[in-house]
Amino acid sequence: MKALVNTDVQAVPAVHSSWRVWGGLLAAVVVWAGAYQANGPLWQWAIYDMSGFASDNRLGSALEFFFFDTVKILLLLAGIIFAVTVLRSFMSVERTRALLGGRREGVGNMAAAGLGVVTPFCSCSAVPGFIGFVAAGVPLGITMSFLIASPMVNEVAIVLLYGLFGWQVAALYVAAGLVVAVVAGWVIGRLRLERWIESFVFETTLRGQPVDPSQGLGWTDRFAIAREEVRTIIRKIWPYLLAGIGIGAAIHGWVPEGFFVRYAGPNNALAVPVAVGLGIPLYSNAAGILPLVEALHAKGLAIGTVLAFMMSVVALSVPELVLLRRVLKPRLLAVFVGVVGTGILAVGFLFNLIL
Amino acid sequence: MKIEVLGAGCANCQALEKRTAEAVTLLGLQAEIVKVTDYGEIASYGVMSTPALVVDEKVVVAGRVPRVSEIQSLLEEAGFQATP
Repeated sequence: MKALVNTDVQAVPAVHSSWRVWGGLLAAVVVWAGAYQANGPLWQWAIYDMSGFASDNRLGSALEFFFFDTVKILLLLAGIIFAVTVLRSFMSVERTRALLGGRREGVGNMAAAGLGVVTPFCSCSAVPGFIGFVAAGVPLGITMSFLIASPMVNEVAIVLLYGLFGWQVAALYVAAGLVVAVVAGWVIGRLRLERWIESFVFETTLRGQPVDPSQGLGWTDRFAIAREEVRTIIRKIWPYLLAGIGIGAAIHGWVPEGFFVRYAGPNNALAVPVAVGLGIPLYSNAAGILPLVEALHAKGLAIGTVLAFMMSVVALSVPELVLLRRVLKPRLLAVFVGVVGTGILAVGFLFNLIL
Repeated sequence: MKIEVLGAGCANCQALEKRTAEAVTLLGLQAEIVKVTDYGEIASYGVMSTPALVVDEKVVVAGRVPRVSEIQSLLEEAGFQATP
């Protein structure tokens, strides 16, 4: 989650502005729903009726897949990021810290993982966030549960999983992500590794009154923040998304059915660790990689492997580890990677086994 | 009087710095804007989500990038007067 950005909105009298804001929102919802409904029939018509592709033509079905999926995922991203950002604008890290202070381990880990999902928190703030939590007395393990859940259960990952694999897989991912965050944070807490936190964290004195960014915002501000968030995220990920869906469409059209069952099916024990290892350096490309992975899944890549891969892409990213190194000594960073990595592997193996 | 922008190089931190400079120009102020990128120092202000704007050692906004007009009024509230 990015920090909140506000754009210039014109000052209009309060009554007019509330009509304009809610009217605008209603219009946007209607346009969105219409576009989402029309997306399927539109490409059917454009590709088979207008351009004259036969219904069993490979190029035709790859094109239909490409355009349909691109529009569907962009619409889902825009709608869900907007809604999530508006809801999250009522929460703040400051409030989350107040809620977590003095919690006991166990319950505290669960609260932290849940709050990690609903709190607006950019992983670029991981360092001041960590210091703010730990220096204010939130236990290390509970802080870690928050820092693991926050990037793992994020709206872009959920939208992509929902759009490409359906709601069951997205729900499974959310549940598994929360469990990994709770358990990994709890384990790190139990290991009593506070001595491996960089000492400056404890020497930091928190002076001044924290400012709560969720305070004093009107609906106009919240909608403006959400619009800006949608724009920022989509501008950042669209090239990867198009490339991923494009290659995915090619795989759908030309790679033989069941191709990956041999190499990466549920019975190949190596597939999960390899997927997790590949996921670590791929952070910024999550949006491009998941459409590709979906195509691989259609040709036999097991679903547990897919979930483990997605988790490692967002929860164990190199940039995040570089940031955390500022506050964690190398040994604690290694423990963090080990514990979270083990949790993700367990998720991968478990779902390959039972699904 | 001192204006500080806290943040370690994220896109939003640069946006806040730019808008603050704009607000300072619009108000006709002679003020130096200092960038604070050290994490220990950022955290010592009690700031947990960057970027943040600090005027005279007091955090006036954190975790979001306000519009230029809002920064202008924040600076005025903090007691900034246009230098003659």
